[in-house]
Amino acid sequence: MAHARTRTGGRKVRTQPSAAVDLSSLQKGSYERRAQSAPKGEIRIVDAVKTYGVHGTGILAIDNCTFDVQAGEITVVVGPSGCGKTTLLNAIAGFHGLSSGSIYLDEEMLCGPGKLKADSGPDRIVVFQNGALFPWKTNLENVAFGPIMQGRLTRTEAHEKARHMMADAGLNDIEQNYPGEISSGVRRRVEIVRALMNDPKVLLLDEPYRALDSLTKSVMHEALLEIFYKNRVTIFFITHDLEEAIFLGHRVVIMTTRPCKPKKILDIDIPHPRDYSVLTTKRFREIMDETAAAVHEEAIKAFAAGERER
Amino acid sequence: MNAIRSIGAKIARIITGDDFWRGIVSIVVFLILWEMGSRSKAWFGFAFPWISQIPPPTLVLLEMGKLIQEPSFWNSAYLSTLRVFEGFFAAMLIGIPLGLSMAVSRTFYGISFPVFEVFRPIPPLAWVPASIIFWPTQELSIAFVTFLGAFFTIVINVVGGAQAIDVRYFQAARSMGSSSWDIFRRIILPGTLPSIVVGATVGIGITWAVVVAAEMISGGGSAGSVGGAAGGGLGFFIWNSYIGGSYTQIVAGMISIGIAGYISSALLRKLGEFMTPWLAEG
Repeated sequence: MAHARTRTGGRKVRTQPSAAVDLSSLQKGSYERRAQSAPKGEIRIVDAVKTYGVHGTGILAIDNCTFDVQAGEITVVVGPSGCGKTTLLNAIAGFHGLSSGSIYLDEEMLCGPGKLKADSGPDRIVVFQNGALFPWKTNLENVAFGPIMQGRLTRTEAHEKARHMMADAGLNDIEQNYPGEISSGVRRRVEIVRALMNDPKVLLLDEPYRALDSLTKSVMHEALLEIFYKNRVTIFFITHDLEEAIFLGHRVVIMTTRPCKPKKILDIDIPHPRDYSVLTTKRFREIMDETAAAVHEEAIKAFAAGERER
Repeated sequence: MNAIRSIGAKIARIITGDDFWRGIVSIVVFLILWEMGSRSKAWFGFAFPWISQIPPPTLVLLEMGKLIQEPSFWNSAYLSTLRVFEGFFAAMLIGIPLGLSMAVSRTFYGISFPVFEVFRPIPPLAWVPASIIFWPTQELSIAFVTFLGAFFTIVINVVGGAQAIDVRYFQAARSMGSSSWDIFRRIILPGTLPSIVVGATVGIGITWAVVVAAEMISGGGSAGSVGGAAGGGLGFFIWNSYIGGSYTQIVAGMISIGIAGYISSALLRKLGEFMTPWLAEG
């Protein structure tokens, strides 16, 4: 019953756009228009350093880390678990400060000398490793949350837009469910839609598919690419899975383990749009072969460091 | 029509379920054993230890049948219920904001928690004499002791629940532009609600345990002295029955408290389920 009602509601929105909401920006054609305009979300990380502990005596998590994230591209950071890549993401998101160095978003300083902790804001939305949909809100309320908080849309407008975005992502039949009632793969998709509702310049994805089985993962990868082609939002993606990195990324940054800094940066020359057939191509295998050794070397270092700590 | 059918279907499902019949069998067997134990002298020729002192359930049932026709019994039940809810609501009213403040502010937590932790282990009943001295009326003293019974449990649950909220929710809300008030209202409050429900359900159970004892010790409160011996709440009712030597009334009073406690906990649980729909299964 509830499903039927929401579905017709969604259709009504699409055929009779109300004046209150700028629905033109939601129509499919406009995604391409947005894609043609100069993409936003270029991130420059310059000499970032992060130490944990008192006055630099503790663990060096990030050291001299410098690289760029191109606007309108997917940049994937690969490194073993615990190498410090999440620390870097938290610095961009504004959850934690750096010890020194600076980070720029579209030439504007997020953090740097004098202001080592960035303010968090809706231009950089994080999709968390284990998901952070609010369990006490329905999926629709979760998706509509951002614009209401920012005061950009009224509740009704935000719900209308959320319904439309969810329908677009094929999620309209779970609008009225709570996040606890849907599978973790679907939850992650809802969370990405929630992030996109804020019109972020960059999406920060922190190993979002880590907990998923490999079959679900492959579905999620294609879904993410589809969202990316539609929205052309800049994506900063963290993973320890090299195959995932090469499949998704325009650019792959392989990190050293503690301290974390780029070991190898490569531009993946497999043309977009990609789908899963890419995985079996000769070029994909070649890139895997070229990079696997570098990642493996860091994994061994991380493992050895872990052994010693114990 | 639909609603009636669905309720009917629900009842049918409960009645045909294994758990329902296990429950029935358990209660029936318990009552039979009790009856046999109580009448062991007459039936088997020798008295079972301990249980033969207790009136058999059939007599207790008869007594309860008589009691429910007496206004003074209902007055006792009403007085105890009133005190339970007075104490309980006061505990919720003060405990929830206090717990939330302790969870939100590190400074406030640092200042208040040590004092709180010293007072928490003091059994509510140890407060009875002090409470009688502090408060002007017996009624207030009893309500205060009942309040203490629920208060500490509620506060501890609220603090624990609020502190256990995942930091990612705060980060997500913050980056989506939430103000501190939004975070309090939309993250902390709903995030703590399940713990508030647990604290309340446990708390009201303690409140029943405490009110009865407080009534016994303090002599039934001011209302008891006005309305006569049977007017001082269920605790006083039981005590009075003991003094009067009516064992069936003692057991009947005990069972009434059990039923009252069960009903209040069940009501709170239902209310809690209604307020936290995201925790429903299926």
